[in-house]
Amino acid sequence: MQNPDDILSIEDLTIHYETDEGSVHALNEVSLAMKRGETLGLVGETGAGKTTLARGILRLVPSPPGVIKQGSVFFEGQDLLSLSESKMRSIRGSRISMIFQDPMTSLNPVMTVGEQIQEVVEAHNRDLRQDEIIRQANAMLEMVGIPAERSHEYPHQFSGGMKQRVIIAIALACNPVLLIADEPTTALDVTIQAQVLDMITALKKRLNTAMLLITHDLGVVAQNCDRVAIMYAGQIIELGNLDDIFKRPTHPYTRGLLGSIPSLTKDVKRLSPIKGLMPDPTDLPPGCKFAPRCRFVTEACERAMPEPTHLSETHQVRCILAEAEVRNG
Amino acid sequence: MGKYIIRRLIMMIPVLLGVTFIVFFIMSLTPGDPAAIILGDQASAEALEMKRIELGLDKPLLVRYATYMGNLFQGDLGLSYRNQIPVASQVWDKFPNTAILAISGILVALIIGIPIGILSAKKQYTVMDNTSMVFSLVGVSMPNFWLGLLLSLLFALKLGWLPSQGMGRGFIGLLRSLVLPALTLGTGAAATVVRMTRSSMLEVIRQDYISTARAKGITEKQITKKHMLKNALIPIVTAVGLQFGLLLGGAMLTETIFSWPGLGRLMVDSITSKDIPMVLGSVIFMAVMFSFVNLLVDILYAFLDPRIKSQYSKKVVRRRRGVVV
Ligand SMILES: Nc1ncnc2c1ncn2[C@@H]1O[C@H](COP(=O)(O)OP(=O)(O)OP(=O)(O)O)[C@@H](O)[C@H]1O
Ligand code: SF4
Ligand SMILES: [Mg+2]
Repeated sequence: MQNPDDILSIEDLTIHYETDEGSVHALNEVSLAMKRGETLGLVGETGAGKTTLARGILRLVPSPPGVIKQGSVFFEGQDLLSLSESKMRSIRGSRISMIFQDPMTSLNPVMTVGEQIQEVVEAHNRDLRQDEIIRQANAMLEMVGIPAERSHEYPHQFSGGMKQRVIIAIALACNPVLLIADEPTTALDVTIQAQVLDMITALKKRLNTAMLLITHDLGVVAQNCDRVAIMYAGQIIELGNLDDIFKRPTHPYTRGLLGSIPSLTKDVKRLSPIKGLMPDPTDLPPGCKFAPRCRFVTEACERAMPEPTHLSETHQVRCILAEAEVRNG
Repeated sequence: MGKYIIRRLIMMIPVLLGVTFIVFFIMSLTPGDPAAIILGDQASAEALEMKRIELGLDKPLLVRYATYMGNLFQGDLGLSYRNQIPVASQVWDKFPNTAILAISGILVALIIGIPIGILSAKKQYTVMDNTSMVFSLVGVSMPNFWLGLLLSLLFALKLGWLPSQGMGRGFIGLLRSLVLPALTLGTGAAATVVRMTRSSMLEVIRQDYISTARAKGITEKQITKKHMLKNALIPIVTAVGLQFGLLLGGAMLTETIFSWPGLGRLMVDSITSKDIPMVLGSVIFMAVMFSFVNLLVDILYAFLDPRIKSQYSKKVVRRRRGVVV
C-alpha cells in the first residue's frame, strides 16, 4: 500500500465528533500522502475539516467529543493510530510538529518563552545536560530572529508576530520530518503574514522538513506550496500540483474557488464566494457532498459519492464529470 | 512592588475608618447603659452619673468617635467594661488561637479541595466528577454550626475519640483538639475550593497553549503540573483569600460550639454582655486581618501571573532591539 518515498500516508481516515446535537462527520475517508521535504497546501472553507485532519495525524483531536472512526496514518513505517500513547508522545514535537492558528493564545502566559522552547528539547533529549538544553533553545530563538537574551521574557512582552516566531522555534526545535501549520498567519497583521511565512518556508527548506500548510489563502498556496489538496465537507475533492490546480482545475468547487479564469500570475487571493452553504456535517448528502451547490449536478451525483479519479500521475479529482472524461478519453 | 504595597496599606485607612464608624454607631444605638454594666444593678444614681461622665458618655456621638479614633491611632483600644483589662492586650491574647484555627481550616480546605477539583476537571462528567460535585454542593450548603454539632456528637460524645471542648495542652493535645473545629471550619471552604479549582481547570484545559503543550510530546503529568495548574491557580488564590475572610467570620460560631478560646468567641461574649470597647476592638482587629490577607493574596497574585507583576515592576522597558516583527 505504502509508497516507500512517502513520509506520511493517510488512508481512509474518518473522524466524527459525537455531540448532543448528533454525530458531526468532520472527516470522511480521507487519503493523502506526503513526500520528504515537500509543502502541501490544504485549502477549504471554514468547517471543511482541515484542523480535524491536522489534529488527527497527531492524535490530538479533542476527545470527547472527537472519535477516530477508521483509517490509518502511516508515518516512517508505522501506523500512528495503533501506537501506544508513550510512543506517540515521542513522535509529537520531535518527528512531527504542529503550529496552531492563534499565536496570541498558543503560548503559556506564565512560562518564559525560553522555558517553553527548552521544554520540548528536554522532552526528546533526555540525556542532555541543562546548559546544553538552554544553549539549543537559545539557538532556536536566534534562528527565528529573536535575540537569545529575550528568552527570560514572558509571552505578553512579545508582539503577535514574535509570538508566532517563538511557536515556530518550538515546532522546529527537534528538527521534525513533518511540520503541520494550521493557518499560521491568519491571526497576524497582513504586513507581518508574509514575513512569517517566508521565514517558515526558508527554515523548512534548510532543515528539509515537509510541511502541511493549512490556509484559506490561495495566494499563500501559490507562493509557498508544491502541491494542493482542496477540501470540502470532510473530503479531499481535488489534489494536484500547482499547475494542476491553478491551470487545470477540474472539480466544480475548485473552479468556483478560483473564479472563472484561474491564473497563477493574476492576483487570485481570497476564496471567491460560491452560492450556497456547506452541508450540515451532522447530515451529509449520501452522494457527492457538493451536489446541492453544483451547477452540473445530475441524478447520478446524488446517488453515490464519486471515487477519486486520476487525471494524471499527480492530479486526482472526486467528480462524476472527471470520471466520464477519463472514460471517454 | 514596594510602592504598590505601601499604596495598598494607605488605602486600608479609609476602609478601617468606615468599619469603625459603622460599628461604633450601631453599638451606640443598642439599648442598655454601659455605666450600669460596669457598676452593676445595685449602684446609686450618682455613681452611675459619675461613671457616665468618666466614660465620656455625656458628650455627643461624633466627639466620642473622634476621641476613640485618636486613641486607636496610638494603639489604645480602651478598657473592657466587663473586667477593666485593656482591650488590646485581650485581643492580642486570643488572636493566635483564632489564627491557628483559621489556618488549619484553610489547610483542610486546600488539602481536600485542590486535588479533588483537579481530578474532577480532568475526568469531567465521570462518576468521580459527579460524586464530588454532589458532595461539594452539600458541603457548601451545610451550615457550619450544624456540621460542628454533628462532628462533636459523633467523634466526641459517641466514639470518644477526640475532645470537643477547649484547646488541648502540648503539641499532641493541641492537634487533637484542633481536628474537629478545623474540619468544621474547613469543610465549607473545601467545597468552594473544589468548585473553584474544577471550573478554573476546565477553563485552562481548553486553552490553545494546552494544545501546544500536547503537541510537544510531554507527558500528561507535566502538562497538568506545569501548564494547567499554574494557570488555574491564579483565580483559585483569589477564591481562597476570600474564603479566609469568611473563615474568620465562621470562626465565631465554630469557636462558640467548641469553646475555642479565640477572638470569635471573645467577640460573641462581648456582644452578649454589651462590652462595647471589646466588640469594637475585636471587629477592628478582624477587619485589619482581613485587609492584610487580601493584600497578601494580591501580592501572591503578582508572583503567579507575570502579566500583573510587570505592571508593578519598574524594569519594564520597551525593547525592540534589531527585531522587525
Ligand atoms: N470539538 C468539536 N466538537 C464538535 N464539533 C466540532 C469540534 N471541532 C470541530 N467540530 C466540527 O467539525 C467540523 C470540522 O471542523 P474543523 O475545525 O476541522 O474545520 P476547519 O476546516 O479547520 O475550519 P476553520 O477554517 O474554521 O478552522 C466543523 O463542522 C466543526 O463544527
Ligand atoms: S459529482 Fe456531480 S455534483 Fe459533485 S461536483 Fe461533480 S458534477 Fe457536481
Ligand atoms: Mg481550523
